[in-house]
Amino acid sequence: MADLSVNFAGIKSPNPFWLASAPPTNMGSMVERAFEAGWGGAVWKTLGEPIVNVCSRLASLDNGANRMIGLNNIELITDRPLDVNLKEIYECKKKYPNNAVIVSLMVESKREAWHEIVKKAQDTGADGFELNFGCPHGMSERGMGAAMGQVPEYTCMVTEWVKEVSNLPVIVKLTPNVTNIVPPGRAAAKGGADAVSLINTINSVMGVDIDSMIPYPNVNGMAAHGGYCGTAVKPIALNMVSELARDAEINIPISGIGGINTWRDAVEFLLLGASNVQVCTAVMHYGYRIIEDMIDGLNNYLDEKGFASVNDIVGLSVPRVTDWGALDLNYKTVARVNFENCIRCNLCHIACEDGAHQCIDFTEVNGLRYPIVDEQECVGCNLCYLVCPAPGAISMVRLDDGSNPTTWRDLTSRPPETMTGD
Amino acid sequence: MSLIHDSPLNIEQIERNFRDIAPALNEAEAVLESNRCIYCYDAPCTRACPTHIDVPSFIKKIASGNLLGSARVIFDANPIGATCARVCPVEVLCEGACVEKTLMDKPIEIGRLQRYATDFVMQNERGVLTAGTPNGKSVGIIGSGPAGLSCAAYLARLGYAITIYDKKPLPGGLDTYGMAEYKMSQIVSVDEARQIERLGVKFRLNTEIISNTKTEDRKPKTENQVSFEDLQSRHDAIFLAIGLGATNKLNIEGENLNGVIDALDFIERIKTRDWKSIPLGRIVAIIGAGNTAVDAVTQAKRLGAERVFMVYRKTAKEMPAYEYEYELAKKDGVEFVWQAAPIAILSGENGLSLRCEKTDGSNQVIEIACDMIIKAIGQQKQHSFLSQIPDVRLDEKGRIIVNTETMQTTNPRIFAGGDCVNGGREAVDAAQTGKLAAQGIHFNLMGEQVEFAGAKIPFIEKIHGEMPAITPAAFDEPAIPAEDLGVKSYG
Repeated sequence: MADLSVNFAGIKSPNPFWLASAPPTNMGSMVERAFEAGWGGAVWKTLGEPIVNVCSRLASLDNGANRMIGLNNIELITDRPLDVNLKEIYECKKKYPNNAVIVSLMVESKREAWHEIVKKAQDTGADGFELNFGCPHGMSERGMGAAMGQVPEYTCMVTEWVKEVSNLPVIVKLTPNVTNIVPPGRAAAKGGADAVSLINTINSVMGVDIDSMIPYPNVNGMAAHGGYCGTAVKPIALNMVSELARDAEINIPISGIGGINTWRDAVEFLLLGASNVQVCTAVMHYGYRIIEDMIDGLNNYLDEKGFASVNDIVGLSVPRVTDWGALDLNYKTVARVNFENCIRCNLCHIACEDGAHQCIDFTEVNGLRYPIVDEQECVGCNLCYLVCPAPGAISMVRLDDGSNPTTWRDLTSRPPETMTGD
Repeated sequence: MSLIHDSPLNIEQIERNFRDIAPALNEAEAVLESNRCIYCYDAPCTRACPTHIDVPSFIKKIASGNLLGSARVIFDANPIGATCARVCPVEVLCEGACVEKTLMDKPIEIGRLQRYATDFVMQNERGVLTAGTPNGKSVGIIGSGPAGLSCAAYLARLGYAITIYDKKPLPGGLDTYGMAEYKMSQIVSVDEARQIERLGVKFRLNTEIISNTKTEDRKPKTENQVSFEDLQSRHDAIFLAIGLGATNKLNIEGENLNGVIDALDFIERIKTRDWKSIPLGRIVAIIGAGNTAVDAVTQAKRLGAERVFMVYRKTAKEMPAYEYEYELAKKDGVEFVWQAAPIAILSGENGLSLRCEKTDGSNQVIEIACDMIIKAIGQQKQHSFLSQIPDVRLDEKGRIIVNTETMQTTNPRIFAGGDCVNGGREAVDAAQTGKLAAQGIHFNLMGEQVEFAGAKIPFIEKIHGEMPAITPAAFDEPAIPAEDLGVKSYG
């Protein structure tokens, strides 16, 4: 059994799985149940000036018969009194001293306001703070949440304010609603943040009821954009995490968030540079119990790969992420159909025909018609391999011998006369 | 000996036994199942369907919530799509070809999805087909079974005035009278005929067509009898969809004893669902091992016969019924007597006795004591009717010879389809011949070439190598060259 314990920016937890600041961490009784189920840490539902919520608040993106591959919400920060939350954090931490309890904070952009809440919250015995600079709906209209995270100067400034009085590690939670995640990441680091966490939710309109023509979620016939999360956002989160992990100026730990359902998802985040992960939507869908397989699966994976500690895999894939210009132009793969596994659905053919490079034709084998790849025409794009429903029916086969790697950068950095045309 | 129903079962139990063997999908099931379909391109299910319904298309429409569009795709290629959804041998057609069967032996439930979509329009009486502008031409169709209904629907869409003649009181032919009740009750097939009636098709039911009226005794005597010559003068073309005739004879002693009945008569009685009026023995022997035999034997058992025997002169391997029908019979507790050829039916104190000679080489004679014998050894051709129709040639098996693309007989104004052409196949095969005949009739009468959905397998154009052969739409006899029939070949 590998060691799953993590020390994230000075915050210790028995495993790298934390609950993100969201409805599953709304109150003490919930967080305590989560810890009982096995969660390593929890970021409490954001504290601030109590708000009033609307009804309804959530909407889902379904894919065919699959429910909720994406979720959006217009719920705001905690609607409970500050002192009640602080008392429950204190009690929870006392009961579960080995689990990480992080207090998420969001107040108006006044130095005194931040000082006041930090001072109040750090007496609870909590292990750290997470500054919510990411919430994209409601709070941002009041100059908070994403309104902070979208302006690097504000991010830096407020982080500095918090660090002035905090004696706990400070994590800055970033919004993905920016064109480039690096400047806000650097701003957090510059402001003295001990870590960053990302991504918060993405601006979204979830859909429209085509009968009533009212978008979701319906609030008395009206709707507002909400924060999008869940399975479908994972690739966006992975990109942003890896961008910060690759940035030389950002040398603080990253807490990965966004579409994590399983231990597999978690491993991907860790490989791309996250030191721990936070989960919300999957728990909102299936409950705290999903942690059991996350821990079990991660353990088995680490054992199988021969890693003694989960920390050993952090960032291992980061060097494998580069810019397009540094990719080998001479790497050549083609698709190959393995007839014995092919079920003859022809999805590869039509995908290639209408969506790629028209290089899958048909041939007859034992009286049956099979797709066959014209390897001269195949550009190795993967599309057929991706749409194929039959395991092992299409393989991507390497044709080059790797002896002559050449990148676009290589080509464009050579003197013009040596460049070949075409 | 009387065969008053002495089923030990009460009505509730019988009703349970005759519940739909493939029940309707509920919404949740339909959503899940339709989304499981991977939307094959040039799909094997569509190829396997004799009417070439665009299966992935109608299933994806269910998934997208477009049930009206889904039903239209189905009825466009098969006007009796609701019937076929229930009675098709999907195991050997669409579902047998499904890639999900290849992949994991769990084909998409195409039949039940087809039922889901067609039920939606049938229950809401949402017509999905539209009659064409009247073109002044009239076609008479003999037989309101699947071939006749299909042909009528397509011709009505083209603007023809159609009259269907059928000797039975209800339309639908074998779909109405000959399907195992647990597969489909006759309401469905009758409703489907009504849907075609809404296209303006006229039904003359309880009407017998008489082909040989040369002699006085053959002349129509009642208003329920119409001579074929009369039909020819009334209509510009005639479509023969007369199916097959009575059950074959055993030609053995005792064949006419009380208690010996035809499978189709037995099945027809069951269709009334008047359970206690249906003749039923305590011990029932079925002679034959085809699909109709299975329908009869399983229903006898479900009605409450204590023991049912299936007697077949060959081995289990040679049994003509589909494998899944055999499995059903086994599940229903049918007892099989293989390699036993009936040689006599004897009347005894306790009922009947079926005397058989073993064909396994032993020549041993066995007797099966029973009180009811059901003959299910195939149907005769309607030779006496057909032989009197001018210029319509039959093959040596008594089937009408047609051009397999146009369904035109050797008489240019007479077309034919369904069992009377193919010798007895599925309803869906008959539906396809009706479609092809409509195209053929339209070309013959109007000179215009039309192609309805699924008339041909939609081939992929970009092919390397040889294509597999097309399954002939009608039957595998060599078709008469179109030139010989004096028609221009097309399509």
